[in-house]
Amino acid sequence: MTFKYNHVYLNASSTVVGPNENQGPLKDFFDKKFSDFYAGEKSWEQAEIKMMATSINILLHKLKKAPSSIDLLIAGDLLDQIAPSSFVAANLKIPFLGIYSACATMAEAMIIGSNMLEAKQINNIICATSSHNLSAEKQFRYPSEYGAPKPKTATFTATGGAAAYLSRVKNHIKIESATIGKVIDLGQKDANHTGAAMAPAAADTIYTHFKNLKRNINHYDLILTGDLGLYGKEILINYLKEEYQIDIEKKYNDCGIMLYDLDKQNVGAGASGPVSSALVTFGYIIKQMTKKKFKKVLLVATGALFSPTFLFQSKTIPAVAHAIDLEVVE
Amino acid sequence: MQQTKYCKLVNKYKPQEERLFNMAKAFLIGGVLGIIGHSLWQLYCVVLAMGEKEAAIVTTITLIFIASLLTGLGFFDSWVKFARAGLIIPITGFAHAMTSTALEHKQEGFVTGIGSNIFKLSGSVILYGVLSAYVFGLIRLLIFGG
Repeated sequence: MTFKYNHVYLNASSTVVGPNENQGPLKDFFDKKFSDFYAGEKSWEQAEIKMMATSINILLHKLKKAPSSIDLLIAGDLLDQIAPSSFVAANLKIPFLGIYSACATMAEAMIIGSNMLEAKQINNIICATSSHNLSAEKQFRYPSEYGAPKPKTATFTATGGAAAYLSRVKNHIKIESATIGKVIDLGQKDANHTGAAMAPAAADTIYTHFKNLKRNINHYDLILTGDLGLYGKEILINYLKEEYQIDIEKKYNDCGIMLYDLDKQNVGAGASGPVSSALVTFGYIIKQMTKKKFKKVLLVATGALFSPTFLFQSKTIPAVAHAIDLEVVE
Repeated sequence: MQQTKYCKLVNKYKPQEERLFNMAKAFLIGGVLGIIGHSLWQLYCVVLAMGEKEAAIVTTITLIFIASLLTGLGFFDSWVKFARAGLIIPITGFAHAMTSTALEHKQEGFVTGIGSNIFKLSGSVILYGVLSAYVFGLIRLLIFGG
């Protein structure tokens, strides 16, 4: 399902990060940095709420707007019942839709928002997401102090919050089109190799987006996946070549690989988590687009929709990818 | 693409784990831990004039205490990341599994947090440890008469 938009613009965005992101190669591009995992709160879960709330506050400050002037907030995160998003929404008193598509959450929020803006149902929207390395590890894997050894393919959940403001008010970055992805399941069961579970979903979405808009790779300056990691990236490049005869290698990168210094930081195959693609896109890519280093960027946010319960019941990891086309307005 | 064909593609780009290196590390570190344990046992036997059985129990308790303390102080997890099975398989791993889980859930309260989660990782070890002790004890009794 692909949509074309004529009047949807990305007016502002904000990024808040934790300690690891603050040591990575993109450290100078973020709005606020917390030097520890607690961010002055009592628990990691509460720190995650603070990071998402802080990102929205920074965004409102940049826009010089009050929460009451925002028509809609769409947010989601990784924790059970997307609780951090609900607590943030409870404080802001903005009409709220909570969503979940794991690490593809931000793209899903932006697609829903863009459609409503294009249809003139709303005048503006804030999309937000967060993730926290330790609260995610606690829920999905082992206690953090346990230090369970991980294979090289395992990714590292990024810590932080990110928010974006979309409206029909003209700006230099436009949301040009978007594709809602299908859930793809090719039988992968390794929670320590989510890149392998997500690559086919990313491939399907890229292929569909190209096909529906009658485009090819030459149209873009950059194709950016969310959090496939080092090995998932290799799989995607080769899967796209074999299955769809599309070669993206020369114009392709993965947010998970860009967020950290993989040689120096002990983060496995790269960053993951809903905030990973949001931090790289809003922190770094948007600023490069403003400088016109990239003019047309296709962000393909990937989400491994895995549940520990179902994995223990020998079920697989379904995955989804949503694409958003960002374009510099000349 | 079919699942089997895709699995082949995934495996083609899967990095090799350094199994031999990891095994050697675990063997050496686990072995050193064994030497430390045995030295402690001899120390308790000779210096404190304990009986062999008592000294063995006190040795175990000492190792559990040290591992738990180091977990609490916050750096045992990085040792485990490095030594892997070398520290997980000995009694230190068992103590570490319980302490780290307790730390993880302390914010959810003494009963609903620590109490109900402390055996989350080590529960399996206790259950199947007791079960296998029973089975092997029975086999020993039936074959060797106790």
